[in-house]
Amino acid sequence: MLRNRVSKLAVTGVTGALLMAAAACGGGGTTATESPAPGGAASSAPAEPAKSGAKVGLAYDIGGRGDQSFNDAAAAGLDKAVSEFGLEPKELEAANGETEAQKEERLRLLASGGFNPIIAVGFAYSGPVGKVAKEFPDVKFAIVDDAVEGANISNLLFAEEQGSFLVGAAAALKSKSGNIGFVGGVDVPLIHKFQAGFEAGAKAVKADIKIQTKYLTQPPDFSGFGDPAKGKTAAEGMIDGGADVVYQAAGGSGAGVFEAAKASNTLAIGVDSDQALTADAAVKDVIITSMLKKVDVAVYDFLKSVDGGTVKAGPTIYDLKAGGVDYSVTGGKVDDIKSKLDEYKQQIIDGKITVPQK
Amino acid sequence: MNQTSPATKDSFLNRLLGRIPLSGWLALAAPVVAILFAGIVTAIVLAVTGNPPLETIGIMVEYGTQPRTMVLTLNLATLYYIAALAVALGFRMNLFNIGVDGQYRLAAIMAAALGGSGLNLPGWLMIILIIVTAAVTGAVWAAIAGLLKAYRGVSEVVSTIMLNYIGTSVVAYLLVNVFGVAVAGSNNIGTAPIPEDARVPGVAFIPGTEAKVFGLIFLAIALGIGFHVLLNKTRFGFDLRTTGLNQEAAVASGVNVKRMVVTAMVLSGGVAGLIGMPQLLGASYSYSLDFPSGIGFTGIAIALLGRNNPIGIAFGAILWGFLDSSSNILNLHDISPEIVQIMQGIIVLSVVVAYELAHRYRISAEQRRVSRELAAPVKEGASA
Repeated sequence: MLRNRVSKLAVTGVTGALLMAAAACGGGGTTATESPAPGGAASSAPAEPAKSGAKVGLAYDIGGRGDQSFNDAAAAGLDKAVSEFGLEPKELEAANGETEAQKEERLRLLASGGFNPIIAVGFAYSGPVGKVAKEFPDVKFAIVDDAVEGANISNLLFAEEQGSFLVGAAAALKSKSGNIGFVGGVDVPLIHKFQAGFEAGAKAVKADIKIQTKYLTQPPDFSGFGDPAKGKTAAEGMIDGGADVVYQAAGGSGAGVFEAAKASNTLAIGVDSDQALTADAAVKDVIITSMLKKVDVAVYDFLKSVDGGTVKAGPTIYDLKAGGVDYSVTGGKVDDIKSKLDEYKQQIIDGKITVPQK
Repeated sequence: MNQTSPATKDSFLNRLLGRIPLSGWLALAAPVVAILFAGIVTAIVLAVTGNPPLETIGIMVEYGTQPRTMVLTLNLATLYYIAALAVALGFRMNLFNIGVDGQYRLAAIMAAALGGSGLNLPGWLMIILIIVTAAVTGAVWAAIAGLLKAYRGVSEVVSTIMLNYIGTSVVAYLLVNVFGVAVAGSNNIGTAPIPEDARVPGVAFIPGTEAKVFGLIFLAIALGIGFHVLLNKTRFGFDLRTTGLNQEAAVASGVNVKRMVVTAMVLSGGVAGLIGMPQLLGASYSYSLDFPSGIGFTGIAIALLGRNNPIGIAFGAILWGFLDSSSNILNLHDISPEIVQIMQGIIVLSVVVAYELAHRYRISAEQRRVSRELAAPVKEGASA
């Protein structure tokens, strides 16, 4: 009996050991692969800022390139800089639910592989960028949407609430029913900024306007940023409840919001990029405007400043004044209220209106 | 031969969960077949996706054997190990605790909130309190499913999945509205950080790197030993395994199955509550939006891979940790990191298939032996 148990234990152990061994054997012949030797390749791009051919590292959050939203905006900025300055890019992406140590390791691999500058996309990289930037003081880091401090960290921050204020005003001006909706992707502080700005803008136009709010998922379930079916259901509920303009800050789920608006002949507002240009052709005509969050511009500006040797550490705030957030006019559907919106815009830029962040 | 074998039902489930041991050369053949199969399929997948198989694995091994990567692997494996133990505890009793994920996240936020609450206690006492809070929270959350199953006949699979959803919402509510403090200038939000003296320092296990292994790896090891002792050396463990193998037989021998169901769920949930502790007390010090999630589900795969045996699970967890930590280096070499998930899936499938094939062979061999013995004339007299 005892013997049996021992042999069982031993065998189960052997299983794992062999699995490991098998993996090890497979690589026996090719262990001398051309992986970037830590430090070795760095000689091609030492402390100097990026020049032509410099290796640029980009670390995405979950989703990576192709998410039709936030990450793609960063990718667009990278692409533009790559073609202009002749950079050599490397893009890595995060896995779902990974630990901070894995993000840290991703940045460290880039830094030790000679990539400089390195851009981290998303607040989840906050801690990792802080740590790795200290280990590699000669490498320039940038992080989008986070204010972690460091002598070699540039923070690319956005005033999402200001842009959202303007589309909130547009929604209130365009609504006939006096009832509008906000669909947020995931219930996190970042999206709360969109909601706060939207509500403030709408109330500035019409103090008693009815605003319906719905978040698609709760963290750590981030599927609310990529599930059009959820977006559609939420928007349909709002439209059934009387809303005739719905603003979505829900990444990929926004496509469903547009579909719901199209089906019910109501209006919708896009987010991040100019969605009257990028959305599916069938639903473009329901999008009256989009809140532009120009992550691409921020990424491009950063790479340009590195290229020109003028990079500065610390926060750069992309607000209305800096043109980092804005509303779009593609399709001409807000031409009639453009003067009013521009008036609000000027008041925010002048500091006459302070938009709440939550 | 085995104390429970008379009551053992030779069902697919019992074989799948490793409750029926293989003996002799079959015990060696099964893992060998699994490895061969996993290796071949992985190589095919790599080749089809345009990556040279040998070179790819070479990259992974080279990276995986660097000291820093080994630390990263061990730290991930620590979390995975505890998760798989929690799952395995249920499996051994035929309870499918799919809710490990929800249990550990709820436990982690409660523990983190206590840790950051500013209680003025000595560090060691805080650490104990934090760990106990986590275990109790996980146990209470799992007990709901246990009670529902014992007294209302609700399938624990359904109830734990539902409890995961509810848990997610509760955690989000607690994080955003109750415990959360916004990190200045950031879009993150987390519980107040745990004070320095209530953190568990890392251990410099592996030479050649500054990175440290979670101090609570010893908690994981202790849990593994406890798991083995509880199941194999105690009356309770015997009852638990008997109930899992053959409920009717257990009832006949006087086991209170209802109480066993609740106790097993509570134990499983208590262990699940501890999953986040190495991470919380050794690295994060706060429960925030980017606290790792989904480890409970990883635990299910690893429990299957390790065949619900504490040592098998340890190897499974380390293998998993290695694969997960190597996805970064693959990404750097322009190999899609998703290949790692495919490998993990193939490995689990291979192990399941190989062991089932070995069992089928064992059964048919036994049948042949029996029929041979029955057919053969009694030669040596009634020696038995």
